[in-house]
Amino acid sequence: MSTVRALAAAQAVASGVAQPVATVRHLHLSRRPLVLVPLAMAGEANAPLAAMVGSAPGDARLLIVPQPRNRDQRFAFAAELAAIVLPYVDGHRTANEAIAVDRGRDVRYRYLDAPQLLVPNPAGVTFLRLLGRSTRFRRVDGEYPVPPQVPLLGRWLTYFAERAEHPGSSALVAMTQALTLHWATGQSAVEDLHLPALLGWIAPPGGLSGAEAAARAEDPSICPPAGPATDPEFDNRLLAPAIEAYADADEATRVEAYAEIERLLRDQLTPTWELMWRGLGLLRALPPGARVAARWDGDRDAFTAHADHLDADGAPQPRRDGAVTAAARLHRLERAAATYAVQRAYDDPLVMAEYRLTGEALVGEVLLADPTRVDDSGRRPVLRPRIQLMTTDPVLVPVGATLSSPSRPGQKARTVFVTPAADGKTEVVLELSGGMGRGLTASPGSVPEVGERLCYTTLSDAYVPGAAFPTADETPWTHGGPPATGAAAPDEQWA
Amino acid sequence: MTDTEQRLAAIRGDAPPKRHNARTIAALTGNPGCTRRAVLDGAGVDKPALAERVGFPARFGQSRFAITRGNVFEAQVKADGGAELLRLVAERLGVPVPAAASWTDLGDGDDPATRARRSATLLTEALSPTGSHPAESAALFDHPMLGLSVAGQRVHLEPDLVAARLGGRFHVVEIKSFPVIDGQADPAKLAAAAVQSAVYVLALRELLTARGHDPQLVSHEVLLVCPRDFSNEPVAHLLDVRRQLLVVRRQLDRMDRLDTLLADVPADFTADPAADPAALADSLARVPARYAPDCLASCELAYFCRHEARGQTGTLGRPVREALGGIADVGEVLALAGGEPATDPERAEAAALLRTAARLRADALATA
Repeated sequence: MSTVRALAAAQAVASGVAQPVATVRHLHLSRRPLVLVPLAMAGEANAPLAAMVGSAPGDARLLIVPQPRNRDQRFAFAAELAAIVLPYVDGHRTANEAIAVDRGRDVRYRYLDAPQLLVPNPAGVTFLRLLGRSTRFRRVDGEYPVPPQVPLLGRWLTYFAERAEHPGSSALVAMTQALTLHWATGQSAVEDLHLPALLGWIAPPGGLSGAEAAARAEDPSICPPAGPATDPEFDNRLLAPAIEAYADADEATRVEAYAEIERLLRDQLTPTWELMWRGLGLLRALPPGARVAARWDGDRDAFTAHADHLDADGAPQPRRDGAVTAAARLHRLERAAATYAVQRAYDDPLVMAEYRLTGEALVGEVLLADPTRVDDSGRRPVLRPRIQLMTTDPVLVPVGATLSSPSRPGQKARTVFVTPAADGKTEVVLELSGGMGRGLTASPGSVPEVGERLCYTTLSDAYVPGAAFPTADETPWTHGGPPATGAAAPDEQWA
Repeated sequence: MTDTEQRLAAIRGDAPPKRHNARTIAALTGNPGCTRRAVLDGAGVDKPALAERVGFPARFGQSRFAITRGNVFEAQVKADGGAELLRLVAERLGVPVPAAASWTDLGDGDDPATRARRSATLLTEALSPTGSHPAESAALFDHPMLGLSVAGQRVHLEPDLVAARLGGRFHVVEIKSFPVIDGQADPAKLAAAAVQSAVYVLALRELLTARGHDPQLVSHEVLLVCPRDFSNEPVAHLLDVRRQLLVVRRQLDRMDRLDTLLADVPADFTADPAADPAALADSLARVPARYAPDCLASCELAYFCRHEARGQTGTLGRPVREALGGIADVGEVLALAGGEPATDPERAEAAALLRTAARLRADALATA
C-alpha cells in the first residue's frame, strides 16, 4: 500500500465518496464482453447453482440447477453454459493478422480480437477455475459420458482462469479488482470485495453518501451478495423449501416448482447483473492508458495459441504443472508483474506519483540544455547532450544511475550530478544517450528543451529477454529429474 | 466464587455464561490485543444478543445446505464402526492398518461433567499409569467430551471429532466437508480447521496431564479428513499444528490474567443484553476495542466496533494505517497532509511524508 493511495482512502473517508487513484484506464475493455455472474451451492465442492450470463445488459440468460447435488444436472448446467460461452469465444476467431517474427524471416497469425469474461469478484474467478477443473478431464465416452462441449468448456474456462493470474491480462476480469485499481474507497480491502458496497462508494445513489450506500449494501435482504456464495438466510428461508418442493413435485407440479426456483434465483442475481454493467460503464468512461492495447495484444496472442492448441486436439491443461513448466510459468508471471507495474506508472502520472514519493522517479523543469555536447574522450566521439533539471521531489537516485522518461522511452539518461538547492529543491544533471538519430547532431525535438517539464524514473520499460529453461526431459535432479512417462493419465475416478 | 468471577457475572447479567466451543476459542486467537473482546468473551457474554441489542446485529448465518452436507459426509466417514476412517488414518500415518480397532462413542449422556469424567476414564484406561508402555491396540473415540480452562473457568468442549489411538499415540482426527482439490484446500477454511484442531490437542493434552500421563502422547500432527476433488471420497491429510498450539496457548494464558485487564475496566461496566440499549452502548464505549477489518469475519460485535471506529485509519486496514505513518485519526492525517505543523515531534516524519504525498497527488491529478 503506497502512501499516495492510502491518502486517497483517507480523503474518501472525509469526503464520503471514493477518490480516483488512476487518471487512465489500466485494463482493456472489449466492445462486447461476456458478463457472467455465477452462484454456487453452499457446502458443496463448487456445485453450480445458477448463473446469469450475457454480452449486453438487456440480454441476460439465466441458467439454474434445480438440484445442485445431482451430478447429471451439474453437467447439464455445464453444457448449457458451454452453449453460450463457446459460440461467444468462437465469434472472435473470424479475422486474424500476420505478425512478423524472427526478424521478418517468419510470420505468425493472431486473431484481431479476443474474448473477455467479466465476473463480479475474485471468488467468481475461483469458481470458474474450479468449474474448469471439474469439467476439462471429463470423457465423452465410457462409463459416465458427458456432451462433447463440456470438456471443451473446461479447457476454455481453465484458459481464462490461468490468464486471470497473469498480471496485466484482461481476458478474465473481476469487477471489484478492476474498480479498486482506479478508485480508493473509505473502507477496507475486505469490504471492497463486496461489489454493491464498492459501487456504493464510487457512485452512491442520489442523496446518499458513499459510506451510507455501502452500509445499505451490506444488508443481504436489500442487496443480495454478488456470489458465488449465497446469503445463508436466503438459502434457509427461500431456496431450501423451493428445492424440496421441486424434488417432491410430480409431473403436474414440476414446471411450477422449477419456475419458483428460477424466480428466486433471478431475484438474487439481477441486482448484481445490473451492478456489473454499471461498473463497466464507470470503467469505460475512463480513457485507456497508452500501453493497454499492447498488453491486450498479449491476451490475443494467448487466445490464438490456445485456440490453435485445441484445434490440434491438444491435451487438457494438467492438474499440476511439471517442474520445468512451473518454473517457466513463475518466471513469466514475475516478468509480467514487473512490466505491468512499470507500464502503469508510465501511462499514469497518478501511479507515477507513488514512485516519486519513494524517490524512484522525479518530475522537474529543464533549466539548462546542451543539445550539441559531444563526448570525445573515447575512441570515437559520441553525442551526449546534458540537461539540468530542477525538482521539488525527494531525490534518492544515486549518481551514475540510468533513468528513463515515459515521454521518451527510447532514450537513456545517466545521472551526472545531484545537487541540493534552496527551498528543498534539487538540481539534477542528466546525460542523454540514444533516441537522437545517427551522427553527432541530435535530430530535432529529440533533446528536451529549456522549460519542458519531464519525468525521469529508474523504472525501465525496456524489453527484458526471458530466461532459458531446460526441456521437461532434461529436468535437473534437484527438481525431481525427468518425469516418468505415461504416469499422467488425465482420467479421474467418478465417485 | 472469586472476585473475578463475581465481576464477570455482574458484567454478564443474569444469564448463565455462554458456552465456549472450539470455534469460539479459536476465534479468540484473532485480534489478541482487543480488551473489549477479551473481557466479553471471558465473562461469557451472549455477544450475538448484545450486538443485536445495541443495533448492530452480527451476520453469521450458516446455510442449511452446508450443515446437511457436513453431516452427511461425517456420517459417511464414520460408517461401519470407523473401519474406513481407521484405514485412512493408519495409511496417512504410515503405520500398518490394524486388523481391528475398538470404537467408543463418548457422546451419550447429558450432564457435561459426568460425560467429561467418562471420556477421561475411557481415553486413559488403556494407558499404563506412567505412560511408559503405551497401549498397542488401536482405538477410536468418537465425540469425546473435553475440558479446557478459559479465563479461569472450566469450559467443556464437545467436538465432532475422533481421537484415534494408533501406535500408542493419540491423534486428533477432524472431519471437514470442504474439498481438497488437487491437494489444495480453501486457505481460510484450512486455517480455521488448524486452529480448532489445536484447541482439541491442547484439551486432550490437559486431560492426559490431569490423569498423570505424558501430554506428548497427543501428537501435534492432526489428521484432517476431507472429500477429495469433486467427489465424496474421503482423503486424510496431516496437519502440523505446533504454531497454532502456541498461539492458542498464549491467548488462553492471557485470558487467565483477566483480572489484570479487569482492573482497568470501570466498576459499573455492564454488557448485560437485557440492559437499556443506549446505556449498553455507553458502557461498551468505556472499554477499549481494537477494531480491525478482520474482526468482521470472527467477532459478533464487529459492526458495533466498526461504527465506533469510523474516522479512524484502522478501519481501512493495517496496511493503510501504516502507509499513513501510523496516524490513527483520518482528520489528523488530512490536516498534516494539508500542511498543518505536527504538534508531536515524533510525528514530524509522518507529517513530511503526508505533505509530500498530498502535493504529489494533487500535482498528478492536475496534470492529468
